Amino acid sequence: MELKRVVVTGLGALTPIGNTVSEYWEGLSTGKSGCGPITKFDAEKFRTRFACELKNFSVEEFIPRQEARKMDPFTQYAIVASDEAIKDAGFDMESINKNKVGVIWGSGIGGLKTFEDEMIYFGKGDGTPKINPFFIPKMIADSSSGQISIRNGFRGPNYVTVSACSSANNAIIDAFNYIRTGRINICVTGGSEAPVTIASVGGFTAMRAMSERNDDPATASRPYDVNRDGFVVGEGAGALILEEYEHAKARGAKIYAELIGGGFSSDAYHITAPHPEGYGALLSMIDALEDAQIKPEEVDYINTHGTSTPIGDPQELKAIVDCFGEHAYKMSISSTKSMTGHLLGGAGAVEAVASILAIQHQFVPPTINCHDLDPAIDQKLDLTLNQGKARKIDVALSNGFGFGGHNATVIFRKV
Amino acid sequence: MFDNLSFNSNLCIVFEPQNILEMADIAEKVKSIIVEKLGVEASEVTPEASFTNDLGADSLDTVELIMEFEKEFNVSIPDDQAENIQTVGQAITYLEENAK
Repeated sequence: MELKRVVVTGLGALTPIGNTVSEYWEGLSTGKSGCGPITKFDAEKFRTRFACELKNFSVEEFIPRQEARKMDPFTQYAIVASDEAIKDAGFDMESINKNKVGVIWGSGIGGLKTFEDEMIYFGKGDGTPKINPFFIPKMIADSSSGQISIRNGFRGPNYVTVSACSSANNAIIDAFNYIRTGRINICVTGGSEAPVTIASVGGFTAMRAMSERNDDPATASRPYDVNRDGFVVGEGAGALILEEYEHAKARGAKIYAELIGGGFSSDAYHITAPHPEGYGALLSMIDALEDAQIKPEEVDYINTHGTSTPIGDPQELKAIVDCFGEHAYKMSISSTKSMTGHLLGGAGAVEAVASILAIQHQFVPPTINCHDLDPAIDQKLDLTLNQGKARKIDVALSNGFGFGGHNATVIFRKV
Repeated sequence: MFDNLSFNSNLCIVFEPQNILEMADIAEKVKSIIVEKLGVEASEVTPEASFTNDLGADSLDTVELIMEFEKEFNVSIPDDQAENIQTVGQAITYLEENAK
């Protein structure tokens, strides 16, 4: 079976460093930190009291209050980002076959805030379960893709992938497969997360996975710096419109890039720690390169998973050296989580958007906050420290790794 | 109005001005809950208006409304009674009779 080509024809972003794709790119290219004190709940007694929250975001500007209140924030973010991407794609909604439009979204957790609020309310009662009837439909992770389809009338395949921090990459790869095998023409994909909540921040700090740099939040997310002390949680969404190439060409669509490969693997090692040799990360990148049918030497830029955790960062870079050999030193590498924080299930989506924008602008966004490179890291790698730079980017690769040992990699190419 | 009052066991208390005011309060609170939860205009919330047929509520909205009434008025509305509360007026009447 001959596989069809799949291109990106629309983008959406709602992130801690910008509420639209253009604002997001402005933040990425100039090295802006999205981090600040937590405002969403009283974090006074928490080990970590900062996060990458959205700024100046009012959901009612996008979704009528009556609809918004039946959505968890992670679904609200999904709606806002996918609206931007759908509009950007410039579809004539009357003429496209909506039965052949899928929505495959990623979320690592789902409606955590909804879950928390309802259980806190229950806990304050006398044991009578006065559970709100919208509790379940708001909480379940697939409500995001469901709401996108309801809003737009898209009746193709519709579900949410859950693989922690590789969720959105898995969603993108699934969408890719449905289009290249001819099952659908268009798919709305990406991912979102709303994890600035008491359970999430409390839970991740209990694992000692989060930075506790409360005296200087803006520099807390510092991948590859020797003094990094954990990830910084972020919220928001990224959205991509994937479309079969001939379909896009026939309607004269603007094409950002081609999605040429997706790879995945499992560490089969530990529920949270990455494989010490980065073996799962290596397998995922090899799988993606094979799927894309390109040589490792063709990759110009890698947007790493790079979360700023002590144990995660070096393993991924080791895997990159193992995968690319000498070419690893010729490509540009950066972790945009240094700016956005870690959007968990939405991370792969905003980083895919960043990778595509890097191709569009022929510019590598930086890894900010790294002033003292960890000696355990190969010093010859170009990690784009603290300053973005212009360079030729034909092919960009983006990694996403999740608790549970899930790894997924996507590769985009300039068209 | 007086039909509703006759259900009350102690008429002499009902006729005190304070309780008359409370009745008006109940109706106003019911209306504001409906406006808030269903996102409709206050002018649409007439006593005859049906939650599902006139105010756009689905089955989950209706359950949520009943729960909000229970919370706001500190009552427990049994399912068999809740089934009979399908209009704004029916809700007001029920709560006037049962609110604590």
